[in-house]
Order: sequence, then structure tokens, then C-alpha cells
Amino acid sequence: MQPQFVTRYPALSPTFDIGQRVRVRKTAPLGHIRTPFYIRGHVGEIERLCGSFPNPEELAQMRDGLPAQPLYRVRFRQKDVWPDYQGPENDTVDIEIYQHWLEKA
Amino acid sequence: MSEDQGRYRPLSYFQLMEVSLRELLVEKGILTEEAISEEVAAMRARTPERGARVVAKAWVDESFKQRLLKNGTAACEELGLEIPALKLVVVENTPQVHNVIVCTLCSCYPRVLLGIPPDWYKSRAYRSRMVREPRAVLAEFGLSLSERTAIRVHDSTADMRYLVLPMRPAGTAGWDEARLASLVTRDSMIGVALPAPA
Repeated sequence: MQPQFVTRYPALSPTFDIGQRVRVRKTAPLGHIRTPFYIRGHVGEIERLCGSFPNPEELAQMRDGLPAQPLYRVRFRQKDVWPDYQGPENDTVDIEIYQHWLEKA
Repeated sequence: MSEDQGRYRPLSYFQLMEVSLRELLVEKGILTEEAISEEVAAMRARTPERGARVVAKAWVDESFKQRLLKNGTAACEELGLEIPALKLVVVENTPQVHNVIVCTLCSCYPRVLLGIPPDWYKSRAYRSRMVREPRAVLAEFGLSLSERTAIRVHDSTADMRYLVLPMRPAGTAGWDEARLASLVTRDSMIGVALPAPA
């Protein structure tokens, strides 16, 4: 699968395909986390592979963040995220999530 | 430099931290006052007109639009807008889908194309409510969308930055790029408004 942006970092191989259903890990480690709390534990679909980027959780600790993590955009249905969501079924929220935060749903 | 209308206010915690860090960087010879002033001036000089140029070009040139959607960074460079560090994702509005941008974690924003973000973009209310009740928030901006149009919120959480490509307003056939660009507002590129009517 071609990423939208090619980067030169040594990187892990992408393990998810476009359209695949994934669940965001429901965990709460300490530190600088770029996975919003509200989406943890929810299931969405891979929308695209953005590219591979150093892990921000490692960068925040002054380490190099390598190997780079594949970064995806994952699309979630708002009705799945917020049970009382006011709006139609096909309203969505797209979020960038690094591979190590995702598992097969 | 502070904009306190002449009234004295003690520095806040973060203002004090900024002053201390800046003075230390200058004292240690890592930065100069001139370099900081130049960067501030450059930041203030970037305005949403840069983004509007990109949108207007996409409206008149279908193949540019396709390249823009494929790789926003490379397409902007075609226009002489150098944004090397920025991974730009352009999302296109259609009659079926309306896109809107938020950064719930902080205030990520495509500054090189839109300039300094408006204060509301950085507010806790916008950041928390735009993902939770986007239709209500858009209505407060004066944008009430039919339920036949899906709302696609983009939470700018990591390495990408986003620009909304609004729909070209009706009644603009034959307009040149500069005239079209005059309709493209900052808010329409964030997704909380539509371009000005022709």
C-alpha cells in the first residue's frame, strides 16, 4: 500500500489495509500521547496510510522515535463514538492514529 | 510587545516562561533578538490569502485539484508556496460531504497557508465541542447544513495538517483566479463557513 507521504526514516511495515476495521487500544499510559482519549476503545475503518513518522511518545522523552510508526487516518462513525450523537448515520470523524495504538477489530 | 491596552497586568505563568526562555536563548547565543523579531514578522505576514490562492487555482484547474488532493504539499510548491515540513492533506467539500477541521489535543493549524489561527480555534469550547456536536457548533457559526450532507470532522492529532477545499460558489463562471480567491475566506478553509457568495 502506497503511503500519501513518503518519508526516509527507518520504519516498521504497515500491517493494516485501507478499509480494514480496527480498534483503538483502550489504555492510558503516562506521557505525551497523540491518541485522543475520547476515541480509545472505539472501532473505525482505515481511510488512508499517511506515511511513517517517529513515535511522538518517544520524541517527547528526547529519544529518536525510531523505527518510525506507520500513521493512518481512521474514520469513525459519530454514532459509534457518541451514543447520543445528534445527526445522521453518515456523519464521521477522521483521526490520525499511529499503528501501535491499533489492533484488528 | 504585550497587547494590554496600557493597563498593567502581572505576567502570567506562561508569559513569564516565554520571556525567561527567550532571554536565556539570546544570552547563550543560540538565537538573536533580530532573528526572533524577523520570525515574528514573517509569521504575521502570512495570511489566509495564501490558502485562498491554492483554493482558487483548484477551482479553475482540474488536474491541479487532483494533484492537490493527492499530495497537498507538492501541489502548493508548484505555486511557489514552500511548505517543506508540512504534510498537507486537502479535503474536498461536495454536495454530499462537508469537511471541518479541529485539533482536539492542542491547536494544530496550517499556519503557512492560513496565518495565525483565530483565538476561537484554540479555545477549549471549540476543540471539545466540534467533535462532539459539530452540527450545533456550525449552526452557531451561521452554517446550518441539511442532514443529507454528511459532516466529516477531521481531528488534526499528529503529523498531517488540513485545508478544506470549499465548493466553488454559483455564478462565478468565467472568473479569473484572483477574483475567485477574493471569495475564499479563512473560515471557509477551516470548514466553519462557506465562501462568500458571488
